[in-house]
Amino acid sequence: MTETRTAIRMSAGTKIYLYVSLTIIAAIVVVPLLTTALGGFKTLGDLRVNPFGLPAEWQWSNYTDILFGERYWRQMMNSLIIATLTVFLTVSVAAMAAFTFAHVKFFGATFLLNYFLIGLMFPAATAILPLFIRIRDLGLLNSYWGVVLPQVAFGLGMSILLFRNYFRNLPEELFQAAFVDGCGYLRFFWHITLPLSRPIIATVAIVSFVASWNSYILPLIMLNSESIYPWPLGIMVYRGEFGTEWQLVLAFITLTILPTIIVFFLAQKHIIAGLTAGAVKS
Amino acid sequence: MTNISATTAIEHAAGATRVAKRKSPTARGRLPVLILFLPPALLLFTIFVIMPMGEAAWYSLYRWDGYGLPEQFVGLRNFEVLFKNGAFLTALKNNFLIIVVSLLLQIPLAIWLATMLANRITGVVVFRLIFFLPYVLADVAAGLIWRFVYDGDYGLFAAVAGFLGVETPYVLADKDLAIYAVLAVVVWKYFGFHMMLFIAGLQSLDKSVLEAAEIDGATGWQKFRFVTLPLLGSTLRLSVFFAVVGSLQLFDMIMPLTGGGPFNSTQTMVTFLYNFGVTRMQVGLGSAVGVVLFVICVTLAFSYKRIFMRHD
Repeated sequence: MTETRTAIRMSAGTKIYLYVSLTIIAAIVVVPLLTTALGGFKTLGDLRVNPFGLPAEWQWSNYTDILFGERYWRQMMNSLIIATLTVFLTVSVAAMAAFTFAHVKFFGATFLLNYFLIGLMFPAATAILPLFIRIRDLGLLNSYWGVVLPQVAFGLGMSILLFRNYFRNLPEELFQAAFVDGCGYLRFFWHITLPLSRPIIATVAIVSFVASWNSYILPLIMLNSESIYPWPLGIMVYRGEFGTEWQLVLAFITLTILPTIIVFFLAQKHIIAGLTAGAVKS
Repeated sequence: MTNISATTAIEHAAGATRVAKRKSPTARGRLPVLILFLPPALLLFTIFVIMPMGEAAWYSLYRWDGYGLPEQFVGLRNFEVLFKNGAFLTALKNNFLIIVVSLLLQIPLAIWLATMLANRITGVVVFRLIFFLPYVLADVAAGLIWRFVYDGDYGLFAAVAGFLGVETPYVLADKDLAIYAVLAVVVWKYFGFHMMLFIAGLQSLDKSVLEAAEIDGATGWQKFRFVTLPLLGSTLRLSVFFAVVGSLQLFDMIMPLTGGGPFNSTQTMVTFLYNFGVTRMQVGLGSAVGVVLFVICVTLAFSYKRIFMRHD
């Protein structure tokens, strides 16, 4: 590849410029995260005089108190349940709809597809009040479903588009072969389309999982008892409760973002590809 | 065995289609699949996306606290109130400012980093990972972390100010500075995503064009300005689109940072909707904000498509 050649030709000056710039930017990204994690090990006084350095004395109890408490785990569980339901529903509902758009010819198909694509044009926030009233009237306020259903609905436009584009690119011959062999649509979907579509299922799943895991405005409006708060809401409540005891808040933030960071580093290739491909392919 | 039957089936099918002139062999079982596969998506989407949007337009014409039915028709009063409200005008201005900063600061930064990291230099993977990391964190977490960074008593800003011997700035409490502090966090959180888009764009470029330019004696900047950048057109348009759409719905990050304050100086349209529409249950006013945001989004989407996406 040409890159290796460029690398060889690069002068010392260019190299220094490159690494210095990159390191400065990397520091701006990493320092806030690192000081947050370290700050969780300090006492408040230590934090005040020395926010950058290592703790004078490592206060493990800041972290262990949270880890042995019930609150942290409950919030993580709530987030996990909401995200899992969202991913499962989004993938199954969107894949089924996209399948009909890709393979079944029917009257009004183009119109219906465009109907779903309207959903790509505006964020959930625009309709948040009527959405609240709808969820309230359905009796779903303060339940997981009250958050899951709107999340799925607003993710449908993008997911259907991703699935449909992928399904259409599967080799046509497969399709014809299956039908001549007497395979119906349902069996074709289950035994041929889905197994061949693992990459796009992964993409849609990653996009909707990350969106749900990080989502704040929908749970904020639909949920009102702390026992079912997902972590972004919980962390705000925690911050409200402990006010300026920053060392505790920092420890709590660190623990709540820790799963994301671990999963990100373990599955970085898939996550980066999923999140950017999700953007590009649609 | 399955292999053989599959290939023969393909040949067979190819023959069949030729004979039947593409009269699709697919007609059987069409109705059941439509009845089974379409309604779940259709219902969910209609009930939770399309109807609420229509209702927002309807409610925006009423004064209503959300109980019973909307009865007190006020015409366009809510919109009038909105556009005379100082906080809402600030919100509009802020949304505009966020878009401008995204376009003029964040995207150039992303392109600059992408041109460095599209090369195969040592440590490239680590840098890419680090730069992308803020994007996967929740806005709320990023907002809280930066609330600590900016904190005038305990945060990093306090320490830096102390080190430099200047008075500690309470940036988030200063109504002139707070919005810039928020903007910095927006760039911090999202530049990595745009950088990844550009890296993908750069890697799919045809290298021979660049080599040709090099042979013709183009300098590094000329190569970038006249070859790379024009070829990145579609990526750039995509990146701009995401920056604009993201800027318009900024909410999660503002809440932990400033909540829209001080003195409403950091409101965005969505924080305004939340602070004035949702918490006070002014359904009419809040819906009017939603309608304004909707109109802006749809207008942008359509004009953007017309102007920029023609060639894609």
